[in-house]
Amino acid sequence: MWSLQNIADSVQHWLYATFNPTIAMLIEFAIIGVLAIGLFSMLGLVLIYMERKVSAWMQLRLGPNRVGPKGVFQTMADTLKLIVKEGMTPNGADKLLFNLAPFIVMISAMVILAPLTFAKGFQIWDINIGVFFIAAISSLSVIGILMAGWASNNKYSLLGAMRSGAQIVSYELSAGLSILAIVVLSGSLKITDIIASQENGWWIFKGHVPVWIAFVIFIIAVTAETNRAPFDLAEAESELTAGFHTEYSGMKFALFFLAEYVNIFVVCALGAILFLGGWMPLHFGTGTKFNEVMDYIPSSVWFFGKTFFLIFVIMWFRWTFPRLRIDQLLNLEWKYLLPISMINLLLVTLIAILNWHF
Amino acid sequence: MYRQSEIVNDPSKTSLLGDEGTDMIINVGPQHPSTHGVLHLVITLNGEAVKKVEPHLGYIHRSIEKMCESLTFRQFIYVTSKMDYLSSHMNNHCCAMCVEKGLQIEIPPRAQVIRVLMDELTRLASHQLWWGALAMDVGALTPFFLAFREREMINDIMEETCGTRLTMNYMVPGGVMADLHPNFQKRVHAFIDHFKRKIDEYDELVTDNIIFQNRTKGIGYISKEDAISYGMSGPAARGSGVQCDIRKLYPYEVYDKVQFEEVIETAGDCFARYLVRMKEMKQSISIVEQLIDNIPEGDFQAKTKAVLKLPKGEYYSRVETARGEFGVYIVSEGGTTPYRIKFRSPGFSNLSALDHMTRGQKIGDMVAIMGTLDLVIPDIDR
Amino acid sequence: MTRDELKIKITELLPLAIFEEGGEWLNVMIEPAEWLPFAQQLHDLTDLKFDYMFCLTCVDWKTHLSMLYHLTSTTFRHTIVVKSKLDRNQPEIETVSHIWRTAEFHEREVYEMFGVKFLHHPDLRLLILPEGWEGKNPMRKDFEDPVNMIKL
Repeated sequence: MWSLQNIADSVQHWLYATFNPTIAMLIEFAIIGVLAIGLFSMLGLVLIYMERKVSAWMQLRLGPNRVGPKGVFQTMADTLKLIVKEGMTPNGADKLLFNLAPFIVMISAMVILAPLTFAKGFQIWDINIGVFFIAAISSLSVIGILMAGWASNNKYSLLGAMRSGAQIVSYELSAGLSILAIVVLSGSLKITDIIASQENGWWIFKGHVPVWIAFVIFIIAVTAETNRAPFDLAEAESELTAGFHTEYSGMKFALFFLAEYVNIFVVCALGAILFLGGWMPLHFGTGTKFNEVMDYIPSSVWFFGKTFFLIFVIMWFRWTFPRLRIDQLLNLEWKYLLPISMINLLLVTLIAILNWHF
Repeated sequence: MYRQSEIVNDPSKTSLLGDEGTDMIINVGPQHPSTHGVLHLVITLNGEAVKKVEPHLGYIHRSIEKMCESLTFRQFIYVTSKMDYLSSHMNNHCCAMCVEKGLQIEIPPRAQVIRVLMDELTRLASHQLWWGALAMDVGALTPFFLAFREREMINDIMEETCGTRLTMNYMVPGGVMADLHPNFQKRVHAFIDHFKRKIDEYDELVTDNIIFQNRTKGIGYISKEDAISYGMSGPAARGSGVQCDIRKLYPYEVYDKVQFEEVIETAGDCFARYLVRMKEMKQSISIVEQLIDNIPEGDFQAKTKAVLKLPKGEYYSRVETARGEFGVYIVSEGGTTPYRIKFRSPGFSNLSALDHMTRGQKIGDMVAIMGTLDLVIPDIDR
Repeated sequence: MTRDELKIKITELLPLAIFEEGGEWLNVMIEPAEWLPFAQQLHDLTDLKFDYMFCLTCVDWKTHLSMLYHLTSTTFRHTIVVKSKLDRNQPEIETVSHIWRTAEFHEREVYEMFGVKFLHHPDLRLLILPEGWEGKNPMRKDFEDPVNMIKL
């Protein structure tokens, strides 16, 4: 079978058979590094193209249609433009922090890719605290954003960064609580275990209403965490021109931009893993013909299909809703989402203890 | 002539604090996505809350009033299209009416109906653009494109008859410049049928949206008394319950013969101003519907002399543009050019209330308030 | 109130007021010194209630300047035009920006365009013109700009 798991296993097998274990491991590191960076940039290209096409479709436009067939190379051309552009640093800026900020944002986005399972048995690092690792690392990106806003020495940037700080820190709570709901149900923080627990049905089907509530809260919270509209207060172009990255240009800006899209991918992948069964195919009942047909579809297609569906939903939000105001945003979190998700977690725990789920 | 000193960006003063130690002074504009032009606002902020807004005008000041003093009574009307470019028909209309008042020309009924039709179509186009721009100000980008889909149809209708799409220069003293295009009625019918269906879509997408309502309800409140005192007019004042529709109060052309309602809301907040404009669009559709099949036959222009000389005196005429009361005050010494001309632009007075309305609101609210005031900067600067 | 009734009422308030014939509305000529109390009365008296100032401007007559205030009442819908002759070399008149707040911006515009000094105005600065234009008064008839002037 040509599956990603087989390819990865045979490469590893060949490496360990040919070299001594230390060198083999180093070579593996290098391969994974290249693959991660490749995935990172591919995701950037694909998601930006997708966003432009989705927005164009919703806005009665054509979107990019000049570079390459249907404009598929437009993002490539834009990236090239951003690479050759001068990366300016303003005179009044704190130069070290200003130049460091985009890297922090980008690295934290990249590190989260590690525990994700892209297909059956295809994973960089099956760490036993996978979900916790993702939650912990994803909160680091706010440091980069605050850094960028403060170091720019620009009032728009500062306002944007402060908004972003308040927003990400608060929405982390409900995102975390809705992740916990699944952790409680599956009884593990390990990503492979969570996926394995959904073999007989995804949690969104098995977990009754509390899991649906957790899913909705999770989607709202991660939209806010990734600074996407309707929660894009950190950028809020009609108020703060471009918020925290007003002063950035060239590749430094591109890193922020890329990190935003990779973050979207990561949170959507997490949503797919937790609630929609990761790479697990859709099954109804046991042993039916339908299930067999579903099993023929490769696991990576399932994973990416689910993830891109969630990404599409988040893009749909962006091109439909107006933006909230900062106080309304915080009210929504602290007065509604947080209490609801706490009570919801109790309900989920009850379901898990009494084994009420399917 | 760059106002360097007013823009607080001197590196030696990069302290982010303002005068009182906790204030932050921020320059919104002249280049800013939500000022809809080159408006420059110096805002004093306390955190996110706005303490004071100080407009600095003049970035697009062309001194049209002075320019008009050396243009003849036929010529100066063309310059006025460039003031409020979104209601250029109404500007031209007002100036033509003022000259006609001085010359005591009675314009033919066909021209009157054509003028009202054009005014109402322009009002629709202007309100559509405003709707899209307001939605963009509060963060929804898609409505802008939907609004332009409909606006494009009006622009095409205008292009056929007037030859231009934005600054029409179609109204001349004595009537209109040219007769209607043969396709006019057919295309207006097509537009009305299309737009009547789409305006419900507008309501679904924006008016009923909970986030939009939260962003506009109770924001930017101005009482009726304050609105009057600030000289506000148009939908912005009608949102506070001020009766100020010139079409009803001082009817001109055939406005006293058509059935329509003056839309008045009393809440005085951004949402009320929004509703006034949305309902006004429906009223405009109804006016167009009443007139489009009843355009009288006859001349489209009264006979006028080649050189117009206004008798010595002062003339004032006003119309209701999409933004409010637009007035023209002409002082004539009996020559071929006006001695002094003054344009009373609605945006200028509406802008003066901005400071009052934004006090204590958040910076995001200020953008929404500016959106509902529907500022057009060339109209303010003239 | 009709035009004649207004005329009688205004004569009661200002016996020395001169009425200008012609024009669409009643024109009252007053002395600049009389303006502030008169304006207050126009705004406050219950049967006048001129609460809406829809136009404020100035005309340069080469020998003198003339301030114009177009006032209307949103309750009674009567309109009046108040005119006041100002000395061209030292034009000064009391501000009415505390009575009709719209006057604040309009007076600033007249100040920079015609050089009329509004006494006790809260914030009499240039509004439209950039810095360096104080005292140049471009809307006056004798203003010359060698570069940007339109001459027929």
